[in-house]
Amino acid sequence: MSVKPDYSRPLDLRHGVVEMAHGAGGRAMQQLITELFARHLGNEFLQQGNDGAVLPAPTCGQRLVMSTDGHVITPLFFPGGDIGSLAVHGTINDVAVMGARPLYLSASFILEEGLPLADLARIVESMARAATAAGVPVVTGDTKVVERGKGDGVFIATTGMGTLPDGLDLGGARARPGDAVLISGSIGDHGIAVMSQREHLRFDSPIVSDSAALHELVAAMLATGADIRCLRDPTRGGLAATLNEIAHQSGVGLLIDEADIPLKPAVAGACELLGLDPLNIANEGKLVAIVAAGDVEPVLAAMRAHPLARDSAPIGTVKPDSRHFVQLQTRLGGCRMVDWLNGESLPRIC
Amino acid sequence: MKYVDEFRDGTLARALAQRIAEAVQPDRRYRFMEFCGGHTHALSRYGLVDLLPKSIRMIHGPGCPVCVLPIGRIDMAIDLVLKHNVLLCAYGDTLRVPASQGMSLLKARAQQQGGEVRMVYATTDALQIARDNPDRQVVFFAIGFETTTPPTAFAVLQAQAEGLSNFSVLCAHVLTPPAMSALLDSGTELDGIVGPAHVSIVIGSSAYRPIAERYRIPIVISGFEPLDLMQSILMLIRQVNDGRAEIENEFTRTVSRDGNLKAQDTIARVFEFRESFEWRGLGSIAHSALRIRPEFSVFDAEQRFALPYRLVADNKACECPAILRGQKSPEACKIFGTVCTPDNPIGSCMVSSEGACAAHYQYGRHRQEVVS
Ligand code: SF4
Repeated sequence: MSVKPDYSRPLDLRHGVVEMAHGAGGRAMQQLITELFARHLGNEFLQQGNDGAVLPAPTCGQRLVMSTDGHVITPLFFPGGDIGSLAVHGTINDVAVMGARPLYLSASFILEEGLPLADLARIVESMARAATAAGVPVVTGDTKVVERGKGDGVFIATTGMGTLPDGLDLGGARARPGDAVLISGSIGDHGIAVMSQREHLRFDSPIVSDSAALHELVAAMLATGADIRCLRDPTRGGLAATLNEIAHQSGVGLLIDEADIPLKPAVAGACELLGLDPLNIANEGKLVAIVAAGDVEPVLAAMRAHPLARDSAPIGTVKPDSRHFVQLQTRLGGCRMVDWLNGESLPRIC
Repeated sequence: MKYVDEFRDGTLARALAQRIAEAVQPDRRYRFMEFCGGHTHALSRYGLVDLLPKSIRMIHGPGCPVCVLPIGRIDMAIDLVLKHNVLLCAYGDTLRVPASQGMSLLKARAQQQGGEVRMVYATTDALQIARDNPDRQVVFFAIGFETTTPPTAFAVLQAQAEGLSNFSVLCAHVLTPPAMSALLDSGTELDGIVGPAHVSIVIGSSAYRPIAERYRIPIVISGFEPLDLMQSILMLIRQVNDGRAEIENEFTRTVSRDGNLKAQDTIARVFEFRESFEWRGLGSIAHSALRIRPEFSVFDAEQRFALPYRLVADNKACECPAILRGQKSPEACKIFGTVCTPDNPIGSCMVSSEGACAAHYQYGRHRQEVVS
């Protein structure tokens, strides 16, 4: 007697929703993994279907760099990206700004019961596209489902791993008075693109998120052999937060010039409307570089030659300052401090 | 953006700064108060103080809506949430104002008990929330000067027209001219006042005439753009030099002599004067605030929930009263920047970026002497 192969109805990607069973460890979960995650993200490591990925050890002269990031964003889809591409780019960038070459990603999904499978599929596909384009595969993953009301659709935590050659050490504590501060392009695009889609705010804006993987830009910058002290991607908290972090870590002050900071008119306009400061708005495809004064030229040239950093600009210098203040020369010729944002970014009322 | 850029031009600013420098008389001091928090914010954010001669001192006034909200009023809002289980809608900055016992609306929101707190951007959001939640009591916490009053009045009229019986307003609207008078009565020495922009659009420039006449003080109504402010400061200097005490209007592109009569009408239909109102920092001021008229009492949360107002003293170390009256500057407060920071505000001046302490903390600390 022949045994009939198990039959299960394929996932209904058009009308189906995430159910508790999809996280319960049974057949439903298995099906979600094979028909959705493995199908799109599939690669030799993930295909093995084991609890972990077995990866080759780095060669001699290399060290490992690892970074992790949880992604929560409302709305899940926004002009220029979605939570899936963001989860890939964000973590690749965290590894890349250490000077490392990102090699592998892990992804952990927390799904909310009731999330349309169509949305999930769109997110996973976008994630796969981003990972393939970057050449950094997702080699291991996990899925959990939480009850309706206990999540915000999808949360994605990604971990990235990469290799860093011996002798290359970038870090926020390495800025020295006299160094130059560079930015790889206009600020605030991501935050404004996301905000323009929020339910209660919704305004028409031509701005798309700058979400992008920056590891190739970083590689091009490092290839100049210039003395780059520190790279950082100004995500949450915006440029203001990143500059303050560097000032504190290095025990220096920073003086930046408002007129030199690239800012799209539409972003400036939206900030004006909402009473927000573009310096506090998140970016997902920009980096800040602190570079030794004598090496600005080659680094800037390498940046401007890269499609993601054509609008790169020097925006200020590192100063001695025991108070570790970040100061801004305003367009009008005055000077003010740039502080970390406190609490939430709340629009002012009048 | 073109429009905005015109008012932020660096070259024009320097030219204006030059004219200001030439206008000041060497033997004179100029103590000007920018009444409005929006001006405080603009002065700080654009670093305008650096462009002014030393003899001009800008004093931050009390025109920041959350700064003047007394603790007792925030307590009422918190009671609505925790004891009356309402869904309270409030403007962003209101959520962080410190109330009694270390509470704030943000902290009330984080508690697992009671009603709910939602941040809204406009009264229309609050009305919509009331429509969407017919089985819940929705209260809009209305704060602000004359600028935010007309939308609140419209919301009450709209709720009445729709028969939206689950909607009400906790009203803490205050008035600019009485606060200006109270300030000048309290002995604050000023040579001129930069008058509010948005408030004046509603009430008109003539609303300040009695003040200019009674206290013999020049008032120049100014727009919010940095160049507006500089132009207004120049106009004030000229008045002082000439010994004039007039109402001048720099912001003619939007402010008229009589203001927005339709808005004034709507306000008068829905609101009436309170006999007196407690301001944080300024104390009790007669006829300085509004309450909902008895005809609309069903939309008055104070009536609907029988809320009592309790006077609560400010933190003893907090110098907000003196700062709001222009008699001290933020650095003079012993806990400025240490115990009291924007992340953990003790006084209300540290809450909104329009408040004197928060503006100084965020934008101006680099001017302070280094103390070690
Ligand atoms: S620093 Fe804080 S406590 Fe001191 S006056 Fe300002 S708000 Fe009040």
